[in-house]
Amino acid sequence: MSLFQYEYMQLALVSALIIGLTAPALGIYLVQRRLALIGDGIGHVALTGVGAGLLFQTSPVIMAVIAATIGAVVIELIRERGRTSGDLALALLFYGGIAGGVVLVGLSDSTSSNLNAYLFGALSTASRADVATIAVLGAAVLIAMLGLRPALFAVCHDEEYARVSGLPVRALNLLLAVTTAITVTIAMRAVGVLLISALMVVPVATAQQVTRGFRSTMAAAMALGLFAGGAGIWMAALADTAPGASVVVLAIASFVVVTLLAAAWRRVRRARPQPAPAPEPHEVVLGGS
Amino acid sequence: MTPDVITVTHGVVGYDGRPVLRDVSLTVTAGEVVAVLGANGSGKSTLIRAILGLVPLSAGTVTLFGRPVRRFRQWHRVGYVPQRLGAGSGVPATVAEVVAAGRLARRGILRPPGRTDREAVAEALHAVGLADRAKDPVSTLSGGQQQRTLIARALAGRPELLILDEPTAGVDAASQEAFAGALRDFTVGGGTVLLVAHELGPLRPVIGRAIVVHQGFVAHDGAVPEPAGHHAAPDHDHVHPHGPEEPAGLWSAR
Repeated sequence: MSLFQYEYMQLALVSALIIGLTAPALGIYLVQRRLALIGDGIGHVALTGVGAGLLFQTSPVIMAVIAATIGAVVIELIRERGRTSGDLALALLFYGGIAGGVVLVGLSDSTSSNLNAYLFGALSTASRADVATIAVLGAAVLIAMLGLRPALFAVCHDEEYARVSGLPVRALNLLLAVTTAITVTIAMRAVGVLLISALMVVPVATAQQVTRGFRSTMAAAMALGLFAGGAGIWMAALADTAPGASVVVLAIASFVVVTLLAAAWRRVRRARPQPAPAPEPHEVVLGGS
Repeated sequence: MTPDVITVTHGVVGYDGRPVLRDVSLTVTAGEVVAVLGANGSGKSTLIRAILGLVPLSAGTVTLFGRPVRRFRQWHRVGYVPQRLGAGSGVPATVAEVVAAGRLARRGILRPPGRTDREAVAEALHAVGLADRAKDPVSTLSGGQQQRTLIARALAGRPELLILDEPTAGVDAASQEAFAGALRDFTVGGGTVLLVAHELGPLRPVIGRAIVVHQGFVAHDGAVPEPAGHHAAPDHDHVHPHGPEEPAGLWSAR
């Protein structure tokens, strides 16, 4: 534990905890919309921003926020039109993003290790200013996700109903797109572009093995993200592994453990003799689509 | 004179250039219970989607409570019950959480839910006979119970007008009875109802007027017609494929 007396480890721990808490709070809405991998795509776009930042010697993080936000808004506008060709547009955007990033980084003076820091995360190089940025943006995303939960839940659950309820559906969709971009960009420092979706999605997938409602799933997923963030950095310090990958490995390990425990628990409950339930009336034959 | 709640004047709707509603005019006044009947593909679901502003009209006008639907903002006066819940195998949600979404039209998006909201949710669940399932995940409910959840969601907003899309399609008898009861209570309280149906079943006594849509035109507007042919047979198993699903968008819920 003595490693945590160094400031860079403390900073790494703080940012991992913030991201562990924020990413699942946003990710639950993406999972509900079956857009679990959208974070990945936006991460690809953010990489072009990183490349531009390195090339023009401005802050790569701010350029990444800008690029990711533009990418996310474009994706949302494509989605709104509801065309199937949207698929192809997305592919162009994603691969264009990653290729553009690699080319721009190559044009700049920075080395490939600099690119690696964004692909796989480089928490231990985070400065105080970086951590402050992560904290401010993370808090903003968290407040929006928790404060607007009923409205965001309604939009992600049943968009047409939300429209007929008079909700500002488009504004809420754009809000989700922009907060996704922000979360991707701050998580990029921690786990890297290639592993971002894991932190948004895996804790949610783990939580919903055992929860019954949306609210409880959100709380459990945030707790799991916090655990994976903290324990991942601790493991990285102890075993000298890559911090970002350690966080994700732990998140996936908890998914496996919880899934096995939940299955075992269901088996135990089934084995126990249960009071015979009252016979349900004959239900419907569901037809068609 | 009772005020008009819904008017459609020479409404025309087409999808990709293919006309679905050709020329539809109708009026629903306060306190009426009107059923829109018609075969699959007759345009009856499109009609109520146009009334709600979910599909644009290519010609004609729709008004809700005397205002053009495009400029209508008092959505808390309208309760909408869609045909079915989105596929919903995403994140689990409890029955109470789904029903609570019905309060948003009244509360707005920034105010957190308060006591009135919880009471309205409990009352709506009671009205459809699902009070004991409030904390269960929606996905564990039967098709009929899920339909009742959607009706409770609409009732929770305490609307003046209920618009329902095939509320009884593929629903078990117990749920149909529960639904007819909830609808009766709603109309006794002065509510206006427009529902799309294939067959009326236990709802028959509640309905005051029927509009039959055929090939995009109104073929009948008046007394509820007697069922004919094999539809009238009591054991007629009413299971039909519905129209093709609309393309799901990337960010859309279903």
